[in-house]
Amino acid sequence: MTTAPAALAPPEALPQNGIVNGKIGIACMIISEIAFFGTLISAYVFYIGRDINGPYPQEVLDVSIAPLKVLFNSIFLLISSVWIWLAIRSMRKGRMGAFIFWWALTVLCGAEFLVGTGFEWYDMIVNDGVWMGTNLFGSGFYTLVGFHAFHVTMGLFVLTLILILTLLGHVTPKNVEKVDLVSWYWHFVDGIWVVVFFVVYVFGNMPIS
Amino acid sequence: MSVLQPPAGPDAAGPVPFLSRLHEWVTTVDHKKIGTMYIVCGIIYLIIAGLEATLMRWQLTWPGMDVLTPEEFNRLFTMHGTTMVFFVGMPILLGSANILIPLMIGARDLAFPRLNAFSFWLFFFGSLLLYFSYFGGQGLYGMGSAPDVGWFAYAPLTERTFSRGHSTDYWILGIFVAGIGSTATAANFIATILGMRCRGMTLMKMPLLVWIMLVDSVIILLALPPLAAAQILLLFDRLLGAHFFDAQAGGSALLWQNLFWFFGHPEVYILILPGFAFVTEIIPVFSRKVIFGYPLMVAATVAIGFISLGVWAHHMFVVGLSPMLNTIFMGSTMLVGVPTGIKMFNWVATMIGGRIRFDTPMLYATGFLCQFLLGGLTGIFLATVPFDWQVSDSYFVVGHFHFVLFGGLVFAILAAVFYWFPKVTGRMMNETLGKWQFWLLVIGFNITFGAMHVSGFLGMPRRVYTYHTDRGWDFWNLLTSLGVIVQILGFALFALNLVHSLFKGKKAGDDPWDAWTLEWSTTSPPPPHNFEEDPVVHSRRPLWDLKHPDDPDWKYE
Amino acid sequence: MLHCGLGAGLLMALARPPQLAPAPTPTMFDPVGVPAETILDITWLLIGVCGAIGVIMFCLIGFAIVRCRRPEGDDREPPQVYGSNPIELAWTVIPLLIVFVLFMVSARGIFELERTSPPEGSTELTVIGHRWWWEFDYGDLGVVTAGELHVPIDEGGVADLYLTLKSADVAHSFWVPQLGPKMDVIPDRVNHLWLQANRPGTFVGQCAEYCGTQHANMLITVVVESRENFNAWVQNQQKEAADDSAVAAGKRLFLRTACINCHTVRGTVANGTFAPDLTHLMSRSMIGSGAVPNTPENLREWVWDPQNIKPGCEMPSMKLSRSEVDLVCAYLETLR
Ligand code: HEA
Ligand code: HEA
Ligand code: HEC
Ligand code: CUA
Ligand SMILES: [Cu+2]
Repeated sequence: MTTAPAALAPPEALPQNGIVNGKIGIACMIISEIAFFGTLISAYVFYIGRDINGPYPQEVLDVSIAPLKVLFNSIFLLISSVWIWLAIRSMRKGRMGAFIFWWALTVLCGAEFLVGTGFEWYDMIVNDGVWMGTNLFGSGFYTLVGFHAFHVTMGLFVLTLILILTLLGHVTPKNVEKVDLVSWYWHFVDGIWVVVFFVVYVFGNMPIS
Repeated sequence: MSVLQPPAGPDAAGPVPFLSRLHEWVTTVDHKKIGTMYIVCGIIYLIIAGLEATLMRWQLTWPGMDVLTPEEFNRLFTMHGTTMVFFVGMPILLGSANILIPLMIGARDLAFPRLNAFSFWLFFFGSLLLYFSYFGGQGLYGMGSAPDVGWFAYAPLTERTFSRGHSTDYWILGIFVAGIGSTATAANFIATILGMRCRGMTLMKMPLLVWIMLVDSVIILLALPPLAAAQILLLFDRLLGAHFFDAQAGGSALLWQNLFWFFGHPEVYILILPGFAFVTEIIPVFSRKVIFGYPLMVAATVAIGFISLGVWAHHMFVVGLSPMLNTIFMGSTMLVGVPTGIKMFNWVATMIGGRIRFDTPMLYATGFLCQFLLGGLTGIFLATVPFDWQVSDSYFVVGHFHFVLFGGLVFAILAAVFYWFPKVTGRMMNETLGKWQFWLLVIGFNITFGAMHVSGFLGMPRRVYTYHTDRGWDFWNLLTSLGVIVQILGFALFALNLVHSLFKGKKAGDDPWDAWTLEWSTTSPPPPHNFEEDPVVHSRRPLWDLKHPDDPDWKYE
Repeated sequence: MLHCGLGAGLLMALARPPQLAPAPTPTMFDPVGVPAETILDITWLLIGVCGAIGVIMFCLIGFAIVRCRRPEGDDREPPQVYGSNPIELAWTVIPLLIVFVLFMVSARGIFELERTSPPEGSTELTVIGHRWWWEFDYGDLGVVTAGELHVPIDEGGVADLYLTLKSADVAHSFWVPQLGPKMDVIPDRVNHLWLQANRPGTFVGQCAEYCGTQHANMLITVVVESRENFNAWVQNQQKEAADDSAVAAGKRLFLRTACINCHTVRGTVANGTFAPDLTHLMSRSMIGSGAVPNTPENLREWVWDPQNIKPGCEMPSMKLSRSEVDLVCAYLETLR
């Protein structure tokens, strides 16, 4: 092996622990997810206003603040980012009780979002008759919103798993850095939703001029 | 140091039952074993795809030949192209990076060994899924068999209306699954390179191969997910009745082209960058000279990575973009020539003034320089929009990309195989066979693909299963096909050489080439944990420092 | 499977119908108009510049190979040169300049060749790509034909051709190298292409974007002919289909068969738009968009089973008996 010749500048040491790797790994995963959603979003934007038959988004999407409608659900999803941040903060301070509380709240808010999306879809499919094959709007809507909902589902699954493990006592403040990585993912899912919401419910929903 | 550990192969100490050896390989999370499996799969697919190409050339030897039906021909070029790109190029580069990155940065393994194994199996089953289409692609009406839509699967030809059965679905799923694996591996490489270097190895002291793989991984991370997304759209069109690419319902054929090439162009750089990486390591060692202009090489790599994300529309010059768009993309495409040129010049500058040993790895590296130069220059031809309007989708393009993919990538891969085979197996490859193979390939390659440029000039479009005698293409096609025979001889020697050297090759020792990077400081093959003690480096060439204590590198860097 | 039909057809392709000059090889190095010439000029520039770069590089590599070998048995290491800023700067900047020049020259070419309006006096027509044949619609002239298009040229003048390109199904590409660039034909888009010929002649090309099974047999023939010949041709094309009582039986059979669902024969009830217009079938030198020459034998073979000649094409065998085929073809042969 290389042995340092005598008159050498001291070699720099590099961190060797797995958490750094984990952070880079999750960051990479998020970057690739952004590229993935970026493509779906570009496709959606590309097709806005190109439908040759209805129902058009303006007739179908309900952006009122009514319960279980999208705006209402979005608030739940976005606020859950705050809860998960509080949860991690509590864990850092070693307060596992508070951690469980905030973490459970995150799960509940995420679940509300999914349930709300379910109702919205039910309404659109059954009452408005919009599905994948109806028109370009249908194709794009269910693909984009569906993939986001799929990511929320995956996130919820992991969050719930951690909740259960914590309740069983397998997660201790020692694990905070790993649990933190999960919260990165959750923030990403929320962040993407802001973009999706803007594109689908605001930009793509402008009154037809 | 001598060979401490016998190679895990047929002559491992004592007879290990076949099943437990198999079990060991299937369950391994060791980066060297996984890398080897990638490369072995890649070489097997190279032979399969090569034989597919041979069949195509047989059909095209002479006008009006009757060897294949049009459907069979169309399936063959689709499978040939898809296999070569996704199941030859990708696994060999991922496999080499798998083996080399940890060894070169003095790490024990990749950052996430289990994820690494998972990625390999995704790749493996993805490739099986594609080839399963030969059996399962029939679909409901007995339509199909393997996909016949070309490797870039232009919509709306891939829509259900025009591509019945499930062959295209297998194409989508096979590549999708393998692509997830590659993306995960890219993340794995990035984490490994950024987080697991040995003591003393700052970013600017990394071997250039590692730098290039880092940039390559970033491109993979940014370019593969868009393909996955585009494939999802297509799959939803086909299976759920969505309308993304359905022109009748307002969908757009051009969207697919844009999305595909947004992936497809970076993909070809994903493929060639590891080729650059191999020769960047090999040329200095055999010229006995340090690489010329290390910092500029790093900069050029990053520049290539950057630019390659912004040139995709050069595959779409003939779709009728506006003159402005055409001009912009022509500019960005030509710009890639500059950093690539910098690399060429630096390689040649490394050779000049050196004391070159032409062992097989160096022979292939030199072959790479010459052939890639030609392919790159025809790339500049194509980047020139008016010229591309003539020859786009003609055999000239086929000639161009075989020069860069075969003359570039495959030659670099062969150089790498000859160079690192001793490290991985503990045995040398046969030099005589290697040199014979080299000359056969050079001759066969240039006959085959050189003649293609001429057919292209004469107006022959690609992807035609036959042509008429009165067009004057007979001679050039005959030449193209004859060259393949010479290539087959070359590749047969290669297969022979691999198998022979694996069992009977000369013992290699730790450092047969008198090289300078860390992998040569451990045993051949390396022990499972790679290094007996964690290495510490002080310069880009740790073994040079060791061999020349009076004149170490770190004094100059 | 390719049956003897194609083989025999190809043999016959050697002996082309006498009325046509033999089609030249469609090479871009024999341009017959401004667009193709402009491209060829740029090509020569490219060959010069890139050729020079190639020669220089090969000389350098050759020098290294020949002069920088390690002498046998001499194990000394050469001096280590780590780099040189001025040299590296030079080979960053010089290629940049070369690229800039190439870029400027070709950019001009792009703007010259990509025209959005037809040049003065050009023949305008709409080209519709079908799997796997070309439809040419002369618009106001009322001429619709397939596979072969005619363009008038005045003595000593040039024939400008301004195409509007549309597709009926998937993406195709219209390419006649001697006349100018190619242009893709894409379903959800309308493209335009300007071509030019400066002498009479027959120029060939073919579909250049993979469009499925018979992409190889989607050929194009462009006949550039004198104004008189062209006018005669147009006048003939404008007529309704010939109605020769000698082949009334064949006509009846044709009109009774499903042929009319796909094909049009003007002046009869046959008005299908899925397939080539047959009104003046016999005025074309090739059938099946260039698959085989239009000879009586080939025509019979085609109507008997097109799949023998152009396997995979969109016209099914109509399962007529041999004698019925003879009847129908006797009728088709009157459609001059
Ligand atoms: C390994 C893969 C690889 C690589 C490295 C390249 C490299 C390049 N390619 Fe190629 N290309 C393909 C693989 C590759 N290509 C494939 C597979 C296709 C077809 C896909 C399909 O349709 O199926 C394709 C098609 C393709 C097209 C589309 C053609 C068409 O379909 O109409 C174009 C057009 O611009 C192009 C351009 C270039 C350019 C400019 C480079 C440049 O990067 C080359 C740069 C290198 C040099 C220029 C040589 C060295 C430089 C110097 C010595 C410096 C001095 C030089 C100058 C100043 C000019 N390529
Ligand atoms: C890495 C990439 C790569 C490589 C190496 C090759 C290698 C070859 N390619 Fe490839 N080719 C592509 C990538 C590649 N190709 C792509 C992307 C396309 C586009 C597809 C599309 O249009 O969709 C294409 C298309 C393509 C076409 C155009 C088809 C068409 O448009 O109609 C042709 C035609 O000649 C061709 C020929 C060949 C030949 C003869 C080889 C030869 O060099 C192959 C040589 C190899 C062998 C001959 C193997 C023989 C080995 C043995 C005999 C070993 C024996 C040992 C044992 C049995 C143990 N290729
Ligand atoms: C299902 C539709 C269909 C039917 C029915 C059909 N054809 Fe066709 N026909 C085609 C198509 C499509 C082509 C073009 C094929 C190609 O070039 O790929 C064609 C081409 C032809 C041609 C060659 C035309 C040319 O200019 O190249 C002839 C002649 C012809 N058909 C005659 C007939 C006759 C006679 C019948 C009835 C007995 C018939 N067709 C029934 C679809 C049909
Ligand atoms: Cu039409 Cu190829
Ligand atoms: Cu490209």
